[in-house]
Amino acid sequence: MNGFSLHKLAAKLRGGLVSPLTLRRFGVLGMNARNVNYIARYNDRDKYPIVDDKLNTKRAAKRAGIPVPELIAAFETQPSRRRVMEVIEPLWQFVIKPARGSGGKGILVIVGREGDHYLKPSGAHVTAMDILRHVSNIHSGLYSLGGKPDRVMIEALVDFDPVFDKYSFEGVPDIRVIVFRGFPVMAMLRCSTHSSDGKANLHQGAVGVGVDLASGKSCHAVQSGLRIDRHPDTEMPFDKLEVPGWRDLVRLAASCYEMTGLGYLGCDIVLDRKRGPLLLEANARPGLAIQIANGVGLATRLRHIESLDISHFEKNVEERVSYSMEEFAAGS
Amino acid sequence: MSPRAQVYILAALLALMGVGLTIYKNRELGFPLLPGEYRTVWTIEAKVRFNADGGPVKAALTLPREQRNMEILGETFSSSGYGFNIIRDDDEYRAVWSRRSASGSQSLFYQLDVHQTPGAPLEQPLDLSTEVQKPFLEAREQEAVRLAIYSLVDYAHQRSSDTKTFTTQLLTALGDTGNQDRNLIFGYYKDRSLVDVALLVLAAADIPAHRIRGLYLEDDRRRLAPEDLLEVYDGKRWVVFEPTTGSPGVPKNFFIWQRGGKSLLDVEGGRNSQVTFSVISNDVPARDVSMLSTSKEKEALVDFSIYSLPIEQQSIFKLILLVPVGALVVVLLRVFVGLRTSGTFMPVLLAIAFIETRLLTGLSIFILILILGLWVRFYLSRLNLLLVARIAAVVVTVVILMGAISVVSYKLGIEQALTVTFFPMIILAWTIERMSIVWEEDGPYEVVVQAGGSLLVAVIAWWVMTNRYIEHWTFNFPELLLVLLGFILIVGNYTGFRLGELMRFRQLVK
Repeated sequence: MNGFSLHKLAAKLRGGLVSPLTLRRFGVLGMNARNVNYIARYNDRDKYPIVDDKLNTKRAAKRAGIPVPELIAAFETQPSRRRVMEVIEPLWQFVIKPARGSGGKGILVIVGREGDHYLKPSGAHVTAMDILRHVSNIHSGLYSLGGKPDRVMIEALVDFDPVFDKYSFEGVPDIRVIVFRGFPVMAMLRCSTHSSDGKANLHQGAVGVGVDLASGKSCHAVQSGLRIDRHPDTEMPFDKLEVPGWRDLVRLAASCYEMTGLGYLGCDIVLDRKRGPLLLEANARPGLAIQIANGVGLATRLRHIESLDISHFEKNVEERVSYSMEEFAAGS
Repeated sequence: MSPRAQVYILAALLALMGVGLTIYKNRELGFPLLPGEYRTVWTIEAKVRFNADGGPVKAALTLPREQRNMEILGETFSSSGYGFNIIRDDDEYRAVWSRRSASGSQSLFYQLDVHQTPGAPLEQPLDLSTEVQKPFLEAREQEAVRLAIYSLVDYAHQRSSDTKTFTTQLLTALGDTGNQDRNLIFGYYKDRSLVDVALLVLAAADIPAHRIRGLYLEDDRRRLAPEDLLEVYDGKRWVVFEPTTGSPGVPKNFFIWQRGGKSLLDVEGGRNSQVTFSVISNDVPARDVSMLSTSKEKEALVDFSIYSLPIEQQSIFKLILLVPVGALVVVLLRVFVGLRTSGTFMPVLLAIAFIETRLLTGLSIFILILILGLWVRFYLSRLNLLLVARIAAVVVTVVILMGAISVVSYKLGIEQALTVTFFPMIILAWTIERMSIVWEEDGPYEVVVQAGGSLLVAVIAWWVMTNRYIEHWTFNFPELLLVLLGFILIVGNYTGFRLGELMRFRQLVK
């Protein structure tokens, strides 16, 4: 009896903390372990430029035959006002991005025009002046790591597959797949919400939906650390969610391993209405929130891949995808 | 070898080297491990005074030699108008002042700082002459004295077994005013001191002996005359005796100035010469004593270190050496706790500024500048400036703000705010810029989180860096940085969870 009350007291004192041993038992991957055991060990420094600069990623993807959103223009140097206007004048919809931005910073999405104004997905108005300032900011390195001068990309807006329309509020849903040594190990769908202000970052209130690698069906959904069943804005139940053409999408993610040569990789993929899955960007330091979205730890799966014998690493993309879809099915 | 094993081996080597050097400096060079250790340093001043005749003058003062229990930390000579040099011969070590012509009262000074260390005062064996000059006592009127001396020798001889006990007996007898022989001898040698007479009697007994001149080190003594001890050769070694008590051994606190040899002071061309001593003790930080004693020996570890820099640069280094400690705090908080800060090592710079400004002043100035800077920055962002120009504008604004804070607070009588200049301006400007971006992209809540995180780390780093032990160790044992480096290497290998992750991943545990 005494021991029981002590246990309760300890739990109270700990507050919301869980013991590191418990986390380890559940196969949760921590930031330090990710950095030391996976990123430092499997990602060669000289391959980083391929993923850190989105223009390089696009080029490499083209070479590898991986579909990407169409690049309209790229400005290497500080562009003149006239050049920018020349490029965006004929466009109805476009996206302006820094080539070396991190964490989705500095991305300006224009979904339409209204007279002289440009429209953001939220419906807010943006003037040509604002766009020019944004271009100038990107070029000065405001969004790049370390403040180095950056290049500006103008991309065509992806014609999103309407399948996610009911699951996303004002924003772009994308699918993050973690690929370890060529094997896809975990996937999630990030849905923006009203409280996340159209952004897909989980810590800002977006919904993270764990996607079953085997089927492409939702298996778990989390918002602000709490498990939910329906999208908070659209009230759509997540258990009906199924990503169409799932195997193609996983195959695309797995083939990024050959393209980048990075052993521990996060691929951000969007679904185009006509072209199917497109690689938005790749990340050499993918975050750990995917574990929360799936309700499953990454470490167990990563260790499983590490324990495979050498013959597995000579498999081609198709074989690796089959292996992962079988091995890492939800509930297994 | 795997990288991890290499890290551990390297860290172990670094730590071993750092700890080894630290122990060496502590044990051999006497650098104190804890702050606030004081050692007593005696400053002894010898003052030579005489009346010059008007012609050429030469004054020679015998100087103390190195002793094992006294460490000479430094010496100074002062003698205006005199030529000065030091003569080092086999058996003498003398300071010689000389001048072509001088008249009237003259004063010459010699000053030295000594520090007492444990150990035997004198080295054995010492090749001092053991020759004995028998006193001349054959004259008729000396008959009575001669008999008294030999009777005293006989008396002491019978009551002793060897030279040591003989000397003690003799000195006791010479101190005994009831002894007839002793009174007779002192009656004849009226102006002789106890040691003079003792030397005479010892010579009569065929025992080699000489005088030791020196001083008792007691605080705040002025115009001291040198005191004498007796040193006697017992056939194998020299033994020192305190003449009035007759006990063997050098008394505690006795500083030996001259051992055997000639006179203490020789003056040519002057009269009424005398030498007096004054002694004062200072409590000096133990490190300074070590520094002084090692700088004489040109210890490489000390000579090729920051201590060879001018004092001003040393005080700058005192701050610089604290930076690694701040960096360690940042590493620990990042790796083990997972605090988010704006700019990885910005908090360390803030902490250094806090050291100069003191914590509360620093905090309030920082927050004030941040708020005002953000406010200005929001206006600037509407002007469509290029980024570099905008940051430069923020830098200028920050400088103007600093100036304004200084002037206004000075007028209000808050002098502490004048330390505002210690803040790294460019870092502040960048912080303001980043914060305003964070504000625009992630909202004010994130700004508060990041600024709060940075400030928390800065305050913790400040707290560690101002710890007097940390300050003492980083400055006096910079080789401990190697240990710190090894520790950081090991921390860099930590793959466990951060404190924040225990919270973040809690819902994964069902």
